[in-house]
Amino acid sequence: MKKKKNIKRIHISERLKLDSGKTLPEYEIAYETYGKLNKTKSNAIFICHALTGDQFCTLKNPINNKKGWWNSLVGPGKVIDTNFFFVICSNVLGGCMGTTGPESINPETKKPYGLGFPVITINDMVKVQNRLVDALNIKKLFAVIGGSMGGMQALEWATSFGHKVHSVIPIASSYRHSAQNIAFHEIGRQAIMADPDWNKGAYYHKKKYPKRGLSVARMIAHITYLSESALQRKFGRNLQNSKFFSFEFETEFQIESYLKHQGISFVERFDANSYLYITKAMDYFDLSVKKGGLRKAFSDKDLCYCFITFSSDWLFPTSETKTIIQSINQYNTKVSFAEIKTDKGHDAFLLDEPNFYSTLKSFIIGQKKRLKI
Amino acid sequence: MTKILRNDLQIISSLIEENEKVLDVGCGNGNLIEFLSKEKNVDCKGIEIELEKMNFCLKKGLSVVQGDANYDLNDFSDNSFSTVILSQTIQATIFPERVIKNLIRIGKRAIISFPNFGFWKIRKDFFFSGKMPKNKILPYEWFDTPNIHLCSINDFIKLCHKNRIKIKDKVLLNENGEKIQSINFFENLLSYQVIFCVSKK
Repeated sequence: MKKKKNIKRIHISERLKLDSGKTLPEYEIAYETYGKLNKTKSNAIFICHALTGDQFCTLKNPINNKKGWWNSLVGPGKVIDTNFFFVICSNVLGGCMGTTGPESINPETKKPYGLGFPVITINDMVKVQNRLVDALNIKKLFAVIGGSMGGMQALEWATSFGHKVHSVIPIASSYRHSAQNIAFHEIGRQAIMADPDWNKGAYYHKKKYPKRGLSVARMIAHITYLSESALQRKFGRNLQNSKFFSFEFETEFQIESYLKHQGISFVERFDANSYLYITKAMDYFDLSVKKGGLRKAFSDKDLCYCFITFSSDWLFPTSETKTIIQSINQYNTKVSFAEIKTDKGHDAFLLDEPNFYSTLKSFIIGQKKRLKI
Repeated sequence: MTKILRNDLQIISSLIEENEKVLDVGCGNGNLIEFLSKEKNVDCKGIEIELEKMNFCLKKGLSVVQGDANYDLNDFSDNSFSTVILSQTIQATIFPERVIKNLIRIGKRAIISFPNFGFWKIRKDFFFSGKMPKNKILPYEWFDTPNIHLCSINDFIKLCHKNRIKIKDKVLLNENGEKIQSINFFENLLSYQVIFCVSKK
């Protein structure tokens, strides 16, 4: 893992009570902002990142020198226009890009938390985000937006801090993690924990860390982000370097090589324990049991929603989003929704999909008009 | 200044009270719901199948869900709106009966407008040419028309009776989209368009 110096953080010297009943004595939030906050502080958009994302949603990520994960969507003149909006993006609680997580030093033991880090939930992550918004002195956000796990956080904002947001934009997300989603996550976790270098989470002081396990976890997860037809279109049965089968167990098919590359590049930037904690938080997520069901959870009448899904996303299918919309419809008319036709699967939310961008842009323009900012 | 609405939409909007909660099924570019929310403080929502039209609505700050009247009305619970509007769309649905039942389930009342296939000129055209009629409001060839379930005023009334649907009001329009004042007989012959207001019995 690369060192993370010069990351912007704020230190919160307050106890954080977690859903598990445990507490963190103090914590840090690593975050980035883009654009300028206007005088009335009405132009702030909070972007929530997905499972393996970070606070560097646009411009150059100083850690890996690559473009931010939503660079095509966020920036000057883009759909989320940083010439107009003040964008905030923070690393989630439990993450490994500067916010307190399993690789952080436990102030009580002066050693990395490792498995001593308490299990966290999506709600815990959002509580921390809300604390950051308070620290930035913003009373009400123009919007909270996120894809996949970021969408879960956006929905959590709606149910926990609805009065502090004008619009919530969950993309390719759901109100809960399904049995199938939990199953895939569990295989990933087992792969990490089966790696001898994992050492029950205590590997920070050692030379080796569970590269192989984490890499396999990423490979499995990556399949769930793509659709069958996209895999077929991109790779087919093509071989990587030869026209003939080698009759050996080396990387041979292009899809094998692609997944291997995904795995290897991932372990360079992500902490295995963070992967365990964050996937667990997603698995625990289920708003239908919160506040006595979805209808009650989404009973805030003033909130405005824009849901976007992708037709070939089988990890977070449109039907899940429709369940939420049905519940909101009961009390609130301010719900917009579009299913974008694409064969790119769940990953589409990270890609430059013209119809996705045009719908999101239209919604943002409309809300700017509605709120007269 | 609010844009002037299409004639039938103007009449539909006059049937809506202030502060109502309205669902416009097949809202298109959102002209009607935009008018209703600005002029009558109506809490509006639209359903539109085409993404481009839906985006047009979003840009105006309107709330619209992408959806199909044939399949997606189940997403709305009973009596969740005071009025549900379906303008110039029923003839293009795959399941008109199911759609109408859904409209009056979701809304306390439904306003449904459609071109009257019983209009005398349509009968005349068909009688003399022996070909499927084409005109201003039905401009398509029979083989590529979206209007797969055309009906007359009498057909619609019959369907309402069959499903025990109450007809609360009926506005008849001439070819210029103007209200036809008081005709008791021959309405099915003389009306070019019709706007029905229906509800559960």
